Amino acid sequence: MLDTQASESTTEMTQAKISARNVQVFYGDNHAIKDVNVDIEDKTVTAFIGPSGCGKSTFLRCLNRMNDTIDIARVEGEITLDGEDIYDPKVDPVQLRAKVGMVFQKPNPFPKSIYDNIAYGPRIHGLARSRAELDEIVENSLRRGAIWDEVKDRLHAPGTGLSGGQQQRLCIARAIATEPEVLLMDEPCSALDPIATAQVEELIDELRKNFSVVIVTHSMQQAARVSQKTAFFHLGNLVEYGETGQIFTNPRDSRTESYITGRIG
Amino acid sequence: MSMGDTPRKGSLLEPDARTRRRNAAEARFHLYGLVAVCLGILALIVLLSSILSNGLSSFRQAYVTLEVSLPEDRLDKSGVRDPEVLAKVSTFGYAPLIRDAVGAEMERLGIQIEGLNEKDAGGIISNNAPARLRDHVLANSDLIGGTVTMTFLANGRIDGYFKGRVTMESAERDKNVSPEQLQLADALKEAGTLTRPFNWAFITAGDASENRAEASGLGVAILGSLYMMIVVLVLALPIGVAASIYLEEFAPKNRITDLIEVNISNLAAVPSIVFGILGLAIFINFAGLPQSAPIVGGLVLTLMTLPTIIISTRASLKAVPPSIRDAALGVGASKMQAVLHHVLPLAAPGILTGTIIGLAQALGETAPLLLIGMVAFVAEYPAAPPEGFFDPASALPVQIYNWTQRADPAFVERASGAIIVLLVFLVSMNALAIFLRRKFERRW
Repeated sequence: MLDTQASESTTEMTQAKISARNVQVFYGDNHAIKDVNVDIEDKTVTAFIGPSGCGKSTFLRCLNRMNDTIDIARVEGEITLDGEDIYDPKVDPVQLRAKVGMVFQKPNPFPKSIYDNIAYGPRIHGLARSRAELDEIVENSLRRGAIWDEVKDRLHAPGTGLSGGQQQRLCIARAIATEPEVLLMDEPCSALDPIATAQVEELIDELRKNFSVVIVTHSMQQAARVSQKTAFFHLGNLVEYGETGQIFTNPRDSRTESYITGRIG
Repeated sequence: MSMGDTPRKGSLLEPDARTRRRNAAEARFHLYGLVAVCLGILALIVLLSSILSNGLSSFRQAYVTLEVSLPEDRLDKSGVRDPEVLAKVSTFGYAPLIRDAVGAEMERLGIQIEGLNEKDAGGIISNNAPARLRDHVLANSDLIGGTVTMTFLANGRIDGYFKGRVTMESAERDKNVSPEQLQLADALKEAGTLTRPFNWAFITAGDASENRAEASGLGVAILGSLYMMIVVLVLALPIGVAASIYLEEFAPKNRITDLIEVNISNLAAVPSIVFGILGLAIFINFAGLPQSAPIVGGLVLTLMTLPTIIISTRASLKAVPPSIRDAALGVGASKMQAVLHHVLPLAAPGILTGTIIGLAQALGETAPLLLIGMVAFVAEYPAAPPEGFFDPASALPVQIYNWTQRADPAFVERASGAIIVLLVFLVSMNALAIFLRRKFERRW
């Protein structure tokens, strides 16, 4: 039985969209991420769970090099996207972020119109050759972001005028407008009410058909609802990574069990 | 009585000693604040009322309209209207014509004043008048032989009489003006020959010398200040904004940038006269730029304004939430695009406000300009830009300083009038800054 599991994990490795090997992150002298190895699969929702300060958001931000914007952050180890090292000196983080989109904890639409919010990414990447094409991209993105029906009559109203849940779906639509291959979500529902959360979760499930989605969440219920794979982080270590069902019903590590049963965290 | 009852600690309706003391302290503090505010307002009222009471009168000026005959035998004996020959008649040749015109006007109105000779009667017109008449005749030589109706400034003392600066009693003791001249002025005013319209010349004319105080104006100073502000805006805004963006968004946070930051803050506190010495040494003595020129003044004021603009720009860049930068970077914008497309537009109102306040500061700055020679007497307008940047010019605050140094009492009034003009500019610039800040306040 152990053998079959081992062979399963090797086949998974070859299919991995993103694969991290021996990743260390330092904030100055603080060793925030310790020796993380993980393979994230295509067309799968992977959830990162763990108590506050465990490094799950830090690790997520390594995946599209958003940590580059923090002066004191230093990343070691290897992270590959489709086999290419994303920390290679030849890689332009701008190109990487076009492939690996990101949605943040707090909805952060640009203080511009809804249309311009979506159109900004395609514009700077030159994805549309004409106004009509851009209109089409905007409509498609808003549809895929499950917000088209709510905003189609006011595309030129400011994006900041929407409700929190709508803003977050707008941000998701904005992230998918650039046609990324992976979508990173950093606690996308923590600022939303339960109804808006349900809508976003439904959307995440929908997005899985086209993207690989990585979601950081505080809520174990949310991880259980939306993800197929779950990684449990604790104090900078990746404690356990596996099928969501297995993590929640039959954790192998005692720390995972303590966390999901509410004894730590 | 059950044993669970808590003992009562006095009545709520009766404040205890400690509460009373605390309330008294609060009331005292309230009072101190009120007194401080009142003192501030009082100082402002005294300042404004003294300036307004001294200076408002400079916006009206006595003018006399005369019909001047231009006899050919005095101005052009040859009769060929050769401009070179015409120019040979100096202003002294024109002064008698004005005197005659005053005499003729008195005759026409039937004014008879005992003890007033012809020379004194002509003296109620400004010393500026012959020169104006001469310029007019030289430009229109066909007028010679006929008459021309022109409006001349009245002498400064006559103007002062209508403003209360000169009285019949003071005129008795004043050798510059006699009571008879004042009577004549009264009579002419009655007849409508002497009028006191709004004094546009005060805003448009150049400076004038001691003995023609009534002809002096702020035109050259306003133009000089405007040219300097253009230089400051064109240099300080782009340099300041570029420096701030680099320091705030791109520069690594290390010892060197910390040092630069500290120095910029210190630069803002350097006394302005030091910048004047710097300007004198570098721009005039070393670079060889002309003295008294707006370009030099503008360069010196740019150095002074830069720290203000940099500090306010950095503050407004800092105030843009990092989530906006994350959002832009997250969709694959480069750092530069994130700053130019998203951060800078959001910071623009703050930058604009800081710039306007910096400009207002520069507009009122006097000390450095004294050192680079802008204190000179300048009666000629500088040319249109760009040549005008290198012509001698004055500046508003320096003009005020200049006028307070002069002996003629008419300049006291004009200095206060100039302060009013300067204050109007400053207040409207600050109002614009406030308006812009309100209009574009945080939109996220």
